[in-house]
Amino acid sequence: MQILHFLSLVFELLISLVVWLLLAPLLPGIVNKVKAWVAGRKGPRLFQLYYDLAKLWKRGVVLSDLASPGFIAATAVSWIAVLAAALLIPLGPVNSLMSFSGDALLLLYLLALSRFCTSWAALETGSAFEGMGTAREVSFAILTETALITAVLTLALKSSSLTLSLMLTPTPGAGTLLLISGLFAALLAESCRVPVDDPNTHLELTMIHEAMILDHSGPLLAASLHGAAMKLLLFSVLLVKIVLPLDELSGIESTLYLIAGIVLVCIAVGLVESFLARYAFKKVPLFLTTAFLFCFFALLTAWKGFAQ
Amino acid sequence: MNVLNSFALLANGEALDWNQIPEYSLSDFIRNVSEELELGARMVSFFALPEGSEKRLVAVLALDSSSVLCVSRSQPFSGSFPSLTPKYPEAHLFEREIYEQYGLLPLGHPWLKPVRKNLNVIQDPKNFFSVEGSEIHEVSVGPVHAGVIEPGHFRFQCDGEEVLHLEIALGYQHRGIEEALLGGPHRLSIHQIETIAGDTTVGHSTAYAQALEALAGVQAPLYALWVRAIALELERLANHTGDLGALANDVAFIPTSSACGKIRGDFLNLTALLCGNRFGRGMVRPGFSPIDCEPKRLALLSERFEQTLRDALQAVGWLWDSASSRARFEQVGAVDTPLAAKIGLVGLAARSCGLVRDVRFDHPTGWYRFAQVPLAVWPDGDVFSRAKVRWLEMQHSGEFLKEQFNSQPEVESAEKITSLAPDKLSVSLIEGWRGEICHVALTDSEGRFRRYKITDPSFHNWMGLALALRNQAISDFPICNKSFNLSYCGFDL
Repeated sequence: MQILHFLSLVFELLISLVVWLLLAPLLPGIVNKVKAWVAGRKGPRLFQLYYDLAKLWKRGVVLSDLASPGFIAATAVSWIAVLAAALLIPLGPVNSLMSFSGDALLLLYLLALSRFCTSWAALETGSAFEGMGTAREVSFAILTETALITAVLTLALKSSSLTLSLMLTPTPGAGTLLLISGLFAALLAESCRVPVDDPNTHLELTMIHEAMILDHSGPLLAASLHGAAMKLLLFSVLLVKIVLPLDELSGIESTLYLIAGIVLVCIAVGLVESFLARYAFKKVPLFLTTAFLFCFFALLTAWKGFAQ
Repeated sequence: MNVLNSFALLANGEALDWNQIPEYSLSDFIRNVSEELELGARMVSFFALPEGSEKRLVAVLALDSSSVLCVSRSQPFSGSFPSLTPKYPEAHLFEREIYEQYGLLPLGHPWLKPVRKNLNVIQDPKNFFSVEGSEIHEVSVGPVHAGVIEPGHFRFQCDGEEVLHLEIALGYQHRGIEEALLGGPHRLSIHQIETIAGDTTVGHSTAYAQALEALAGVQAPLYALWVRAIALELERLANHTGDLGALANDVAFIPTSSACGKIRGDFLNLTALLCGNRFGRGMVRPGFSPIDCEPKRLALLSERFEQTLRDALQAVGWLWDSASSRARFEQVGAVDTPLAAKIGLVGLAARSCGLVRDVRFDHPTGWYRFAQVPLAVWPDGDVFSRAKVRWLEMQHSGEFLKEQFNSQPEVESAEKITSLAPDKLSVSLIEGWRGEICHVALTDSEGRFRRYKITDPSFHNWMGLALALRNQAISDFPICNKSFNLSYCGFDL
């Protein structure tokens, strides 16, 4: 029995890894396809990011003269932290193998660690652009993280638990609507999408996340791009799991619904990018504060509902 | 003394005998010019030329309200001259250029850096204006940029996200066009003119044709003037459409940005339908029209034009319908009207600051003497205003072209210009899509170019961009830059 349990754990781990590592780069492809469709273009291939990652992986790395070995280490840790955070999230029938009470808090800390390391790597290059990008990233992160923490508190309050697999179950009501609005805004900010950031811009002066990885090349750039894609998948899964009662469905159905949900989130992101201009930087805090307020009112409703 | 007596007057597209131009001692010349500027004249061109071992200054000023240009020259001198810049900032680049080209030192010039060449003789080109302070950081962008654009170096002094000062250093594309034209017109001259600024081919070649026709005493046939006006407005439409698309792209508003890129191509294809080249090369030649637009081609042109214009107005309409885009343009990168007048902005950038300046209106030549395009002016001076003026000009030029397609003059035979009159100076202004293009040509005793001075509108307007960025967010630089969309190669010559 022991061995069987162990084997099933290994199997679960493998499935999770495959999903997170191999499927994540598909998401930006879907978003780009939606944008291209709206613009009447053919657009890049759905699997473009895979080709890009493969190409970057084969390339060499150019390092800034100022960069210490920390540059590479921080980039690697940042990628690992996102992957670790992702593995905490239960995927449909496959229960998170690392599930424990308090893993929701670890999720927040891992995301923060990833951000810290990306910022560190950016500052290592000593470039003005990257300094500027980092300053923007961490300033806006203060607000995004507040929204995220509030969202996690709401879920914890609703489920009276700090275990993600128990927290990520939908409850009907206005609170959930508020929560998904707030989380969707946080998703846009965290995965550097319009209206907060523009992943397609070539203008260094307007970049946030892109500016931070300007000096990344080869495999390091691949890690950054892949990490960003995983982050988008992570937040999409979170959103879908809050809305759809996947646990009540059978294995295959639940998987199908999860996939459909993720695709829907990507389409929504693509549509937002298609029809909304990017905000001026001074307006971004207003947007993120609104996201926080959505989550905060979700918290209030959860609290009142809990009290009854 | 009436100041105007100290200048020779001429209209746009006319020539004068070099000896008719009043000559003053240096101090009188400078005094006359500054008095005239004080009375509201505008500096159109200011340059030096060699006279034996010494040099001479020539000033061309415009009195827009009376549609008159005035020219004056100094006696030959060497060494230095009193700078006009401290009082009339519109002269600052002209004086830097005079020093760079002929070594005449403008005494009292506050910022005597090279204009195009990397010379250490003046002020070190690497010495940028800097701001001190613990929170101040410097951002340097270029000369090599992301994306396929021309090279230019931008140095920002920032306090956090706020730009305190922007200095622009250009000259990376200096090809020596003015020098190459000396002793001309050569066989290559027209082709060199056509590549002063690739996006303003028709504007510059029309200015050249007009200058040569004045020097040769030839009147271009009506048919040629008609073709030039059509081509110039098509060039304006193509560039305005492209610019509005680029502005939409910079704020990540996809619908307008992707549609306008395609529609700009449609306008360029209309130019190609006329002359076989999308940018209008071979469209304009001095003295005659190489284009014969037969009725069938005109009908096709007119039909495709109406469709393209409809598409363009619809695509740009989406931009105005998008509140998020409008919000990005409003109150960003504003230059107020007095400042715009002081630094001598021209063209679209000036009209977006509420200045009524349009060569087609103030100094009409060619076809514009018979058919007028309404002026488009917007008062705010911000990015929104520059986008709005483009939008209005697209509509005006569109209506203008639709009318002109129906008023094609008869084809007349005309001769190529073979020789120019000796010792004459002609001034030719054309309202290109960016603004006033000025060509001043002076012939020697054999009717060859002794000096050919080109002033692209960008030469006047780069300073406008630098000032528009004051106290703006550095992240707004791209949209400010796009809203001016100045030429690097037109400036670098």
